[in-house]
Amino acid sequence: MYFQPTTLSQAVRDAQVEGVRILAGGTDFYPSHGDVLPDFPILDISRVDEISGINRTDTGWRIGGGATWTDVIRADLPRGFDGLKAAAREVGSVQIQNMGTVAGNLCNASPAADGVPPLLTLNAEVELVGPDGARRLPLEKFLLGVRKTALTPGEILAGLHVPDTGQAVSGFSKLGSRKYLVISIAMVAVYLIVEDGAISDLRVAVGACSPVAQRLPMLEADLRGARDVRGCVMPMHLSDLSPIDDVRGSGEYRLDVVVPLIERALIAAMEQA
Amino acid sequence: MDGSAVPMIRFSLNGSDIGLDVETGERLSASLRERCGAKDVKIGCNAGDCGACTVLVDGEPVCACLTATAQAAGRVVETVSGLIASVEGRALGEAFQNHGAAQCGICTPGMIVSAVAWMRSGEGSVEDALGGVLCRCTGYRKILDAVAEAAAGGVEPLNGSGAMGTSIRRLDGADKVSGREQFGDDVAGADVAVVHVIRSPFARAAFRFGDLEGFRTHTDGVLAVLTAADVKGRNCFGVIPPFADQPVFAVDEARFRGEAVAAVVGTPDLMARFKDGDFPLMWEELPAVMEPEDAMAKGAPELHSGRANNVMITGFVACGDSAAALDAATVQVVGTFETGFVEHAYIEPEAGFADIVDGRVEVHACTQAPVMDLDSLEEILALDRSQIRVVPTGVGGGFGSKLDISVQPFLAMAAQAINGPVRINYSRGESMQSTTKRHPAKMSVQIGADVDGMLSGMRFDGVFNTGAYASWGPTVANRVPVHASGPYHVKDYRAEAVGVHTHCPPSGAFRGFGVPQAAIAQEVLFDELAAKLGLDPLEFRVRNALKNGMPTVCGQVFEQGVGIGACFEALRDAWKNALVEVEEFNAKGGVVRRGVGIAAGWYGCGNTSLPNPSTIKVGVRLDGQFVLHQGAMDIGQGANTVISQIFAQALGFDVHDLELIGADTDVTPDAGKTSASRQTFVSGNAARLSGLALRAEILRRCNVESASARIAAGDGVVIVTDGAAVHKVALAGLDVDGDGYVLRSEESYDPPTKPLDQNGQGVPYAQFGYAAHLAIVDVDMELGTVTPVRFVAAHDVGHAVNPMLVEGQVHGGIAQGLGMALMEEFIPGRTENLHDYLIPTIGDIPPIETLIVEEPDAHGPFGAKGLGEHVLIPTAPALINAINMAAGVQMRRVPVTPARLRAAILEAEND
Repeated sequence: MYFQPTTLSQAVRDAQVEGVRILAGGTDFYPSHGDVLPDFPILDISRVDEISGINRTDTGWRIGGGATWTDVIRADLPRGFDGLKAAAREVGSVQIQNMGTVAGNLCNASPAADGVPPLLTLNAEVELVGPDGARRLPLEKFLLGVRKTALTPGEILAGLHVPDTGQAVSGFSKLGSRKYLVISIAMVAVYLIVEDGAISDLRVAVGACSPVAQRLPMLEADLRGARDVRGCVMPMHLSDLSPIDDVRGSGEYRLDVVVPLIERALIAAMEQA
Repeated sequence: MDGSAVPMIRFSLNGSDIGLDVETGERLSASLRERCGAKDVKIGCNAGDCGACTVLVDGEPVCACLTATAQAAGRVVETVSGLIASVEGRALGEAFQNHGAAQCGICTPGMIVSAVAWMRSGEGSVEDALGGVLCRCTGYRKILDAVAEAAAGGVEPLNGSGAMGTSIRRLDGADKVSGREQFGDDVAGADVAVVHVIRSPFARAAFRFGDLEGFRTHTDGVLAVLTAADVKGRNCFGVIPPFADQPVFAVDEARFRGEAVAAVVGTPDLMARFKDGDFPLMWEELPAVMEPEDAMAKGAPELHSGRANNVMITGFVACGDSAAALDAATVQVVGTFETGFVEHAYIEPEAGFADIVDGRVEVHACTQAPVMDLDSLEEILALDRSQIRVVPTGVGGGFGSKLDISVQPFLAMAAQAINGPVRINYSRGESMQSTTKRHPAKMSVQIGADVDGMLSGMRFDGVFNTGAYASWGPTVANRVPVHASGPYHVKDYRAEAVGVHTHCPPSGAFRGFGVPQAAIAQEVLFDELAAKLGLDPLEFRVRNALKNGMPTVCGQVFEQGVGIGACFEALRDAWKNALVEVEEFNAKGGVVRRGVGIAAGWYGCGNTSLPNPSTIKVGVRLDGQFVLHQGAMDIGQGANTVISQIFAQALGFDVHDLELIGADTDVTPDAGKTSASRQTFVSGNAARLSGLALRAEILRRCNVESASARIAAGDGVVIVTDGAAVHKVALAGLDVDGDGYVLRSEESYDPPTKPLDQNGQGVPYAQFGYAAHLAIVDVDMELGTVTPVRFVAAHDVGHAVNPMLVEGQVHGGIAQGLGMALMEEFIPGRTENLHDYLIPTIGDIPPIETLIVEEPDAHGPFGAKGLGEHVLIPTAPALINAINMAAGVQMRRVPVTPARLRAAILEAEND
């Protein structure tokens, strides 16, 4: 069975079919289930109008559940989204960006998901729609662990809500072993407001250094008011991170390089402010 | 749609309206290839990692392998075979051919489709636009040049005469850019039965089959099941007959993860859904040894009886008295170096087709060695070789791994079992699991020098992990000691290379047969030795470089053709300038430090002290057409063009007027395997001899004795132009042979070598080629990342047959050397895909300047030397020397990942 609804309500009905799996951009769907033909029902949400594109809302922005990385790159968005746009350009390749969706990146829940750190700094909320209606969750409550989310069977991630970013600037930095098509060793997203040369508001998130990307609240608090961030990132700021050793690098290395990655991202963003 | 019925999917494909009934979730790549016949859409990974399957959907590039066909409904789909006729596609097709931007051609459809999208959108950089397509052959720079030329407009075809030394387009290039070339998986027709191999999930495991007969008879769509019991001949193969040890199907115990134990032949419908778990097979995992030191330890499981301590072979070369010379040396350096498995990562996984034709077995598959495939099949099938035909398909990259048989026995046995056509296409995972790798090496090396900076003793001890089966391990063990001195005059030398079995995938041939690993140890230590002596690294190398008349470590004396000195001289200016550049760059301070490194390499062309003849045949048809039977497998390197150019030069003929017949064991003589950098040298010589013989025959027929006479084909005549005189040889009335030829020649060449004695003394090769690379890198000291800035590569090729193709080889070799140095490490069970196993992308290869050095070789055709492997030997050590200079470290292990380099930087800072 292959469902290809064009309305969200129909999609939600289709999502109730036993064993159905959701297909959007296919960029995680296909690699994850191997080379054989799927033997389960598929719900293709790529033609659901209500979840496409990126739109202005009363309080901010809605990134539709079907919005692709290319949609993010091409959207006219304030500077607070520069970090997310930078992340979008680093997702795989143009081919992946054209098909892969932001929502799918979240649902796939990889520790190295490129979209998560910038969306954490944007205080994004996910909009989940199921048979009993819609609910919203802060992104950090949606992502529960490696390949684990709060999405319940029968629910669809219909969109992300990002509050207005005002005068904020943002940035993103991804460290990998090659230029394109690379999974992060570590990545950093920053989001800040600078007033009179000093940081007045700051959000920092680090990815690929814990089962789920983390904000660094202690660092954010300590750097408020800072004019020069050089040398400000201390080991204690990284105590929530728990990077593992894998083929891409050791945990020790990840903790080590996160420091300059954060500092550089902050300096670059402050220069933009 | 409501899902209860799958309606027909309609879309536009290259301007035609298509309607398809597809399976649930069927990938667009599969629909295009299997239902629409669009075999120009290549599948390299089925995971979005390689981009070969890139097509445009409504003008946007996407991976067809990640797109459900249903998602294309109502859309406009364009593939290379359609786009090549567009304004942009035409320009790209011409420019790709002009620059040699398509070598094997398997990535070319994805590249051209992506480039069309970029030219139309004008958005972003070319690198960003092409970053999603992997190429393993070209090193990308020629692709960037080609796209730039196409974007500039007005592309004119490259016009060369084709004479030796002129750059002409590949003679087989047009089909590569249009997607028409047929690779291993492109030959089978629709609805052909599919062969699927059942493989060990464990490095070592015992296994038992359940009810195979019940499975066969009770599973709809299963046509045959194959196991070791079905091997009619010898269930054992190997590229080096005395070491043959690998079963087609394992018996009772599997020795590596990915080893074949059975195969299922089934209908395409069944096999598209088939899961290994459905096959009646019970596994019992057994303790495995994955490292040579564990395999050699007391009590370790013995992989092959008769190979005590799992030692397969030891290669040895010694001359002079290395111990005494080292003792007497003024300065000494020692180091232990480590390299990992390297995967060939050609973009075309192994694939092929077989059929029973007039009672004979015909195998069409990608291969580097069709006649060796035939040799193996003859034994495995227990068939007379006259009953087997091997027809190579296009080869989407080989680099050594497609020298060994892979799909061939499965195809042949399956075709016999069902008495009809069968196909197979390895998944990326099974290709990476089951085919050969570059040997991991652990090398302890000691080198001394005297107060004048002259070498004084060298000792090399290497242990090479040869995996579960021999493959080309003996060649590696024998080649390494012969080459580990580098192209230097080392009077007192002792080198030993041990090949050790483990429960890892078989290590085999990979561009350089172990020499690139050894070069890392030797060339990096040379820099340390030069530093201890207070000598400039280039000056130290020049001082010790091998020269004409000096013996190699095998006691072989070349009176001519030793080109390493000329390579060093070619780099001298670049080296001087780079040192200044580095100093100025680093004077600015900052976290990024620049370094420059230099390294050399040499490589003996052809088999080591063993016969490896090539035969090239040519015929002239009654209509005057000259037909060259060119059996040297072109795996992207350009043999079709180079061998033809050499032949045409000898004949005195325009290469563009030749008709080529490729390798085919029925009609084309054996030109040997495409390995050991032997085709230009060995098959080139056979082509030269064949050309000369035909020329003599033709000139005799018109009584011309002239070195400058030109020969051309006319209508039913051969035209000989000797100055102002024009002679015609009428072909009518001449006897027509069984091949349809009225004139013909067929000549062979085998390089003159002599066996090595117990100390490795002798004449291992008739010729060596030489190379030296210079690499400039930036190191981010905080992150440990390396950004190569540029390369300058000097290569002594004797006589460049086609300079454009020479550059293509150099670029591609550097890209592979860079990958080995910085990012590539295959870990069995862990990096069996192209997103965990990283090869360089288009953003990772810096500009490369190629300096062609021509020190003619007396044995080479018109002086030419081999090149294919030389090109990556100096790359990794040059990079490491540059990194060591930039970062003040001593790297001992490749790949130099950011984590490893950062650890070394921290260690150096703490010292």
